[in-house]
Amino acid sequence: MALLELHNVSKGFGEGKYRTEVLKNINLSMEEGEFLAIVGFTGSGKTTLIKMISGLLSPDEGEILFRGNPVTGTSHERGVVFQNYSLLPWFTVYENVALAVNERYPDWTKETKDIHTRKYIEMVNLTPALNKRPAELSGGMRQRVSVARALAMNPEMLLMDEPLSALDALTRGTLQQEIINIWTKDKRTALLITNDVDEGILMADRIIPLTTGPNATLGPEFRIDIERPRDKTELNDNEEYKKTRNDIIEYLMDMGAEVKTKKTTNYRLPELKPIMPGKTFRKRKEEDKLKYF
Amino acid sequence: MKAIALKLCSVTGMKWGIPFVKLFSGEEVLEQLKEIWGTVGIPLIAIVTFLLIWHFGAKQIDTSLGQVPGPAMVWEQTKALWAEHVDERIKADEFYARQDARNAAKLAKNPNANIRVVDYTGKPTYIDQIFTSLKTVFMGFLIASLIALPIGIICGLSKKIMQALNPMIQVFKPVSPLAWLPIVTMIVSAVYVTNDGWLEKSFIISAITVSLCSLWATLINTALGVSSVNEDYINVAKVLQLSPTKKTFKIVLPATLPLIFTGLRISLGVGWMVLIAAEMLAQNPGLGKFVWDEFQNGSSQSLARIMVAVFTVGIIGFILDRIMVELQKLVSFDKKTIA
Repeated sequence: MALLELHNVSKGFGEGKYRTEVLKNINLSMEEGEFLAIVGFTGSGKTTLIKMISGLLSPDEGEILFRGNPVTGTSHERGVVFQNYSLLPWFTVYENVALAVNERYPDWTKETKDIHTRKYIEMVNLTPALNKRPAELSGGMRQRVSVARALAMNPEMLLMDEPLSALDALTRGTLQQEIINIWTKDKRTALLITNDVDEGILMADRIIPLTTGPNATLGPEFRIDIERPRDKTELNDNEEYKKTRNDIIEYLMDMGAEVKTKKTTNYRLPELKPIMPGKTFRKRKEEDKLKYF
Repeated sequence: MKAIALKLCSVTGMKWGIPFVKLFSGEEVLEQLKEIWGTVGIPLIAIVTFLLIWHFGAKQIDTSLGQVPGPAMVWEQTKALWAEHVDERIKADEFYARQDARNAAKLAKNPNANIRVVDYTGKPTYIDQIFTSLKTVFMGFLIASLIALPIGIICGLSKKIMQALNPMIQVFKPVSPLAWLPIVTMIVSAVYVTNDGWLEKSFIISAITVSLCSLWATLINTALGVSSVNEDYINVAKVLQLSPTKKTFKIVLPATLPLIFTGLRISLGVGWMVLIAAEMLAQNPGLGKFVWDEFQNGSSQSLARIMVAVFTVGIIGFILDRIMVELQKLVSFDKKTIA
């Protein structure tokens, strides 16, 4: 039996005229120990999806099953790493993680809790910053605290909502590696949401693109059959990698183009002759996107 | 040394001291002089101008109590009030010394003699009155906080309770202390009938009036703060599955503290402002009563003395505000947002 199942899940926001359907007919099944990545454009409803799986939001239609039981609220079984870290700024690194440990294991003795908390802070290499507050940490360090907090609760499944998208490329690389290392150690089921195809290929067993919203739904799955451990630099010469990457990007780009053509029919623009600088700008923007997806 | 001096300047709200400290440590002299001109020179010129206008303007107006006092007379009265205070203290000390000597003599004659210790019954000096006022305002502020904080938190947590209480809050908020006072007086007189003198009736009346006027700012700010906690923090609470009490104390309250303290700061300011009026009518022996007594007294110094009170109220109000700002900085996690 699959660990996590989504059947025809739909979700929208707003009422009447202002209602937008964000997600439509999402079907998904995840096996235990699997690392799945969902890639999509910003604004396609990725965060909404992860909020529903974690139990922070409930779907308008369809059902979400975790171990065969419907998800009705948050649970310690599903740990979440939020996009914007969501650390509590009045607590130190230690206290932020300890808060989670206290909640998860209220019956443990003080010493056991302490050891457990320190173990996970050590795991993300933050022991030197134990008593610092989030404001004193860099973005990458904050995200590591967030990862430690989620892992310290020993969730059966780790949900990561664009955990690395706000970080610079270098920090991103090291954190990707750290997350993979931790995942390989205890093979927890992990769901990663990202806007970076390379990140998905590097980390996941399977990639599923999310089409652009509104009415976003999951596209076809792409299996990543590249041996682990995967090395970022070696990956660049890997034929399998190149092929998968191109396939996914092609799929996403086609979808993007589709949306664009749809959109031009919706808006009637005033009849202005576009001037040259604007054109080059738009072109550059497209190139930017190419690099990202 | 320099670091301590700089810290002291910013804590006391005397930002103008900073360039002086830097100047003495020989840091970019021209830059510092410019800074001094801006922070000290310009305000100083303004103050001198104000004093001059006051000085010459005051001479133009004759009241039934004589000329309107100028800055010089006010300064004289400040000194006079201080001298009276010192005099009164000396008299008190002498009184106690005499009493002690008398009692000692009595005991020497007969070890079982009945000894009477009497408190000195001189009239309260200006300094005593300042302290009475401070005591009253803090009592009122304490009562206001004890009422406003819990209600504010409950209002913030429950939308229904907020909807229930909001009309009343909005209606009572703008009511003047002068309107509350007679009601409070009647109720306190009816309820507080003991006469053991632990707390003066006038003290209680003034304090309650102060709280009635000052609690609204704290209440509204607390309710607003609690109801608008960052959604990310609430999500954390949900994902960690914190119990309601833990959620309140570990997440909601720390996140709200800056706004709560903003409310408390406004409350204390309003309380101090309202206090003078309350004391005037309740005859609580503080600054308000001082102003009223001087007004009734009608001597040629009265106006000058009242003006001393005006400045005292202003300066103490400023100091109270600074204290609240520092407390606020101490408790809030984001220190940059506090002015």
